[in-house]
Amino acid sequence: MRLVTAVIKPFKLDDVKVALESFGVQGLTISEVQGYGRQKGHTEVYRGAEYTVDFVPKIRVEVLVADDDAEDVITLIVKAAQTGKIGDGKVWSVPVDTVVRVRTGERGAEAL
Amino acid sequence: MPELNSGDTAWVLASSALVLFMTPGLAFFYGGMVRAKAVLNMLMMSFLCIALVSILWVLYGYSLSFGPDAYGGLIGNLDYVGLKDTIGQLSGSIPVLVFSAFQLMFAIITPALISGAIADRAKFGAWALFAGLWVTIVYFPVAHWVFAFGGAGHNDGGGWIADRLNAFDFAGGTAVHINAGAAALALAIVLGKRKGWPREQMKPHNLPLVLLGAGMLWFGWFGFNAGSALAANDTAALAFVNTQVATAAAALAWIIVEKLRDGHSTTLGIASGAVAGLVGITPACAYLNPLGSIALGLVCGAVCAYAVGLKFRFGFDDSLDVVGVHLVGGIAGSLLVGVLCTHIATATGGVDGLLYGGGFSQLLKQLVAVLAVGGYSFVVSWILGTIIDKTVGFRISEEDEVSGVDLASHAETAYEFANLGGTLGGAARALSLSAPASDSQTTQKVDA
Repeated sequence: MRLVTAVIKPFKLDDVKVALESFGVQGLTISEVQGYGRQKGHTEVYRGAEYTVDFVPKIRVEVLVADDDAEDVITLIVKAAQTGKIGDGKVWSVPVDTVVRVRTGERGAEAL
Repeated sequence: MPELNSGDTAWVLASSALVLFMTPGLAFFYGGMVRAKAVLNMLMMSFLCIALVSILWVLYGYSLSFGPDAYGGLIGNLDYVGLKDTIGQLSGSIPVLVFSAFQLMFAIITPALISGAIADRAKFGAWALFAGLWVTIVYFPVAHWVFAFGGAGHNDGGGWIADRLNAFDFAGGTAVHINAGAAALALAIVLGKRKGWPREQMKPHNLPLVLLGAGMLWFGWFGFNAGSALAANDTAALAFVNTQVATAAAALAWIIVEKLRDGHSTTLGIASGAVAGLVGITPACAYLNPLGSIALGLVCGAVCAYAVGLKFRFGFDDSLDVVGVHLVGGIAGSLLVGVLCTHIATATGGVDGLLYGGGFSQLLKQLVAVLAVGGYSFVVSWILGTIIDKTVGFRISEEDEVSGVDLASHAETAYEFANLGGTLGGAARALSLSAPASDSQTTQKVDA
């Protein structure tokens, strides 16, 4: 099993969710996060005084998938979240040892 | 024998309510500009002025301001302590109590204006002490200087600026705005900079609140300016129109300066420009024609848009630009009266300003009034602030300043970030570095 994590532009969340649902992903977790990559932050001006805002709002999507699905899911997320402009975000995956469904105690692939 | 005029009385009654409405407006205007951890304290400083000054006004404030002159046009006597001998009496064509209520609202908002200079870091008790003492030894006498006209039916000796110098200050460019602005500069110096200023980012936490407050101020200001005619007449009409166009012009001027200088026109800019215009037209509204008012508004909006940068150059943390907007705008407006006033406006009594061939005489009178009020207010406010700072202490502790004056002084927080999660929760944690999680906040020691 793998955990696929994507940090994307907030307005792309719906596209990503629809793409994952159509692929058959059963569940996902999102959180509002802030950060920056190569695009850095932006500048705001209040009464002539400049403020540098380092961290830009992003959405982090986390989804647990079977090993064989990981590449497909990553490709899908990238396709759905891409605008081609700077600040589109990143997607990565890491191996996962154990997954347990809390309600039933099922483990491993059955718990996905 | 003067008679009560019901139209005049109705207008001044309504104006009094309009002017009272400005103080909550100011509270929101200021409150939106501070950080989320200090907005309640900002609102509270203004609301305290409403409560405190109203009582002091009845006890002795009205008498010191508008009682018969005690000495040299400097202060009223104690004839009207407790509003004695005012019930059933007339001042011009309106009841003395209506005049007194109207003037009370000015006495309320003037100290409230000062609070913007000391955002995030003042002890609430020290502020209450300052506000009460400041109106007593600064505002009440200065209101007497500027607003107490002798022979107006309710007293028989006026203030020196109103009656002897004959400087024009229709609604309080000197008595309210220069007065509050100079006091704000003094307090910003006495209290010192906020921890981290100007290196740390302290941007406004809620610009919609700022615009809401600016809108309330603009609305209420018609009472402030047109109500100062103390009658429903031509002068009130002129003041009303001039207030509108000067404010509009100043708002435009500010956002044009921003567009040229910073690249964008901002909501904070249009709100600030409007307030700068309202401040500038306050002394002038009954003495200019509408075109002159547009010119005054353009100048005040542009000048103040630059003046708010002075604090960075000179290194005083006038947090919400009370100096840049009220002191500078008040000075600009008060001096421009001497340039732009015209005999066409009946309130001038036939005086023309520099632009209309009246020479420098009115401008010089304006300058004297500006220097007298600004100088008196700065010096006394600095002394008063310093005494409070050295005795009871004016600033909250550094730890309280970091976790937020709202929590430290009022045991409240304006927004419940903890339940929102995500970005806002993170921002809240970042805002209050040393603040404990919400469950233990209930046991946080509260600064009395």
